[in-house]
Amino acid sequence: MVWETARLAIRAIFRNALRSFLTVLGIVIGVASVITMVTVGQGSSAQVTADVARLGTNILMVRPGRTAMGPPSNISGGAQPRSFTLRDVDRLIDAVPQIATAAPVSSGSTTVVAGGENHRTQITATDARYLEASDWPLALGRNFADAEARAGAAVCILGETVRQQIFGDADPVGQSLRLESLSCEVIGVLTARGASSFGSDQDDVLLMPIRTFQRRIVGNTDVGTIYVRVADGVATEDATTEITYLLRDLRRIGPAEEDDFSVLDMKQLASMLTQITGVLTGLLAAVAAVSLLVGGIGIMNIMLVSVTERTREIGIRLAVGAQSRQVLLQFLVEAVVLSLLGGILGSVVGLALAAVAAHFMAIPFTPDPVVVVMAFAFSALVGVLFGYFPARRAARLDPIEALRRE
Amino acid sequence: MAEDPPLIRLRGVTRVYGHGANEVRALDGIDLDIARGEFVAIMGPSGSGKSTALNVLGCLDRPTSGHYLFDGVEIAGLTQDQRALLRRHYLGFIFQGYNLLPRTSALDNVELPLIYKGLPRDERIARSLQALEMVGLKGRERHDPSELSGGQQQRVAIARALAGDPRVILADEPTGNLDTRRSVEIMDLLCRIRAERELTIVMVTHEDDMAAYADRVIWMVDGRISSDKRTGKAA
Repeated sequence: MVWETARLAIRAIFRNALRSFLTVLGIVIGVASVITMVTVGQGSSAQVTADVARLGTNILMVRPGRTAMGPPSNISGGAQPRSFTLRDVDRLIDAVPQIATAAPVSSGSTTVVAGGENHRTQITATDARYLEASDWPLALGRNFADAEARAGAAVCILGETVRQQIFGDADPVGQSLRLESLSCEVIGVLTARGASSFGSDQDDVLLMPIRTFQRRIVGNTDVGTIYVRVADGVATEDATTEITYLLRDLRRIGPAEEDDFSVLDMKQLASMLTQITGVLTGLLAAVAAVSLLVGGIGIMNIMLVSVTERTREIGIRLAVGAQSRQVLLQFLVEAVVLSLLGGILGSVVGLALAAVAAHFMAIPFTPDPVVVVMAFAFSALVGVLFGYFPARRAARLDPIEALRRE
Repeated sequence: MAEDPPLIRLRGVTRVYGHGANEVRALDGIDLDIARGEFVAIMGPSGSGKSTALNVLGCLDRPTSGHYLFDGVEIAGLTQDQRALLRRHYLGFIFQGYNLLPRTSALDNVELPLIYKGLPRDERIARSLQALEMVGLKGRERHDPSELSGGQQQRVAIARALAGDPRVILADEPTGNLDTRRSVEIMDLLCRIRAERELTIVMVTHEDDMAAYADRVIWMVDGRISSDKRTGKAA
């Protein structure tokens, strides 16, 4: 009888193909959207967490201008803030004991040309201390020699993306490339870091000695940012205080004047990013919950619209001798089969969409079984609730009542 | 008792809808015996309770009070499931509106009662095909109700009622939606089947022509039996 009931249910599903399809569709939409959004949200969070870990929580960025975030401001502040110089970097290292190391950084963009290939990229002009200050090891070759840095030699270290674009998988160390009019020898390749939390490709970069950049490309002696790596076991807040005192002194800022530079603590940035992604994940989950609800309402509508017809069907079945529990079992099996089908399809679609999204957003794909199970359970509940309970009411009627229902 | 008890015996059966001032006594004390093999027509004006009487006889509805003995068994005390078993094994229904499952082939509709009888699939299909052939629908087994005419749909319904091999056929205005020619065809079919299967038939109708096929005509007025006559046909 169980097998017969299952057969009856399957037959009823196919007999009402459109209704079954719409029911399944409602469940698929609900389940898929929840799984996609929550998975993408969790992937982003995981990405940010990883970025934050890589960023290092003991790194400070010292910039001219008062803004803590974004590019050094020269619009809002009115007057151009004074840049740092290479001497400022040396003095910071000498005078602040909390600093493990520091490196000057200036940025620009350029087109790299070699062997018929060209690629537009970012220049990070710095010195030999940068790799340690930013905790970024080399994959190939060597770091800048102090002599090269001081002399402004035409050498460079490539990010993985630039290396791929220009040299493919070949070893570029010892090759030369052109940056506008400057011919430059490749001495090393950085390890790949992937996309940052803001979506930019961190590997699309070219390192060169800052003196080379100053003399041969921009023609000034400015230092855009100072990267500071705080010594182990020292609070970044203490280092920030010391650096601020020293720089105010060096830059002759009066007691009543505000700082014309800012010290950005990566730890703060990290906590801010974590907060933002937390909010975003919450938002996505809320949107997903709404779509689940909409899917549920869709199912409810279909089920309720078909109640009259189904009530008549129940009446007919009762009249020819079905017992109410047989009819109910059939309806339950029907609801469960549709819910399962929708749940499975929805999970597959949701995970596939999340995987595709993760690929294009360059975030890790971290499917969470809890989310899948919860979305599944909710849709099954809705399906069974609205498929089964109206049927239960109908099956308790005298057959003539069920047959008369219009 | 010397005599066999009648197949159906109603004693003081009432069926009351609503309460208090809105109370409607659809059946107001019915006493009725129907013997095996009888063809009884129930007639009467609208609202006389003739359909209610048929529904009570068919266990589709429950009497408010009174006794209903089916083959000597008291029906009033049965549970819903037991009444379902009674319908399954002893009763077949034919409705004015056919009451076929939509989007379901004639064969599957006829098979329905056999599924609940628990017959194996081969036998169900064989018996359904046989029933469809008997009502003259050979070749239409795969048609949906929407692809069949009214007369054909009623034939499917008759086949469904017959497939379960019932003792009693209960027909509620079986020709109510059909023109005269189709009605005559359906009545001839019922009479032929009755002769072959020794069925008892209870039919509600408001057409004298159809009632003339029966061997006993019961008139109802206001929930009571006002006359009970044998037609000339009865032997």
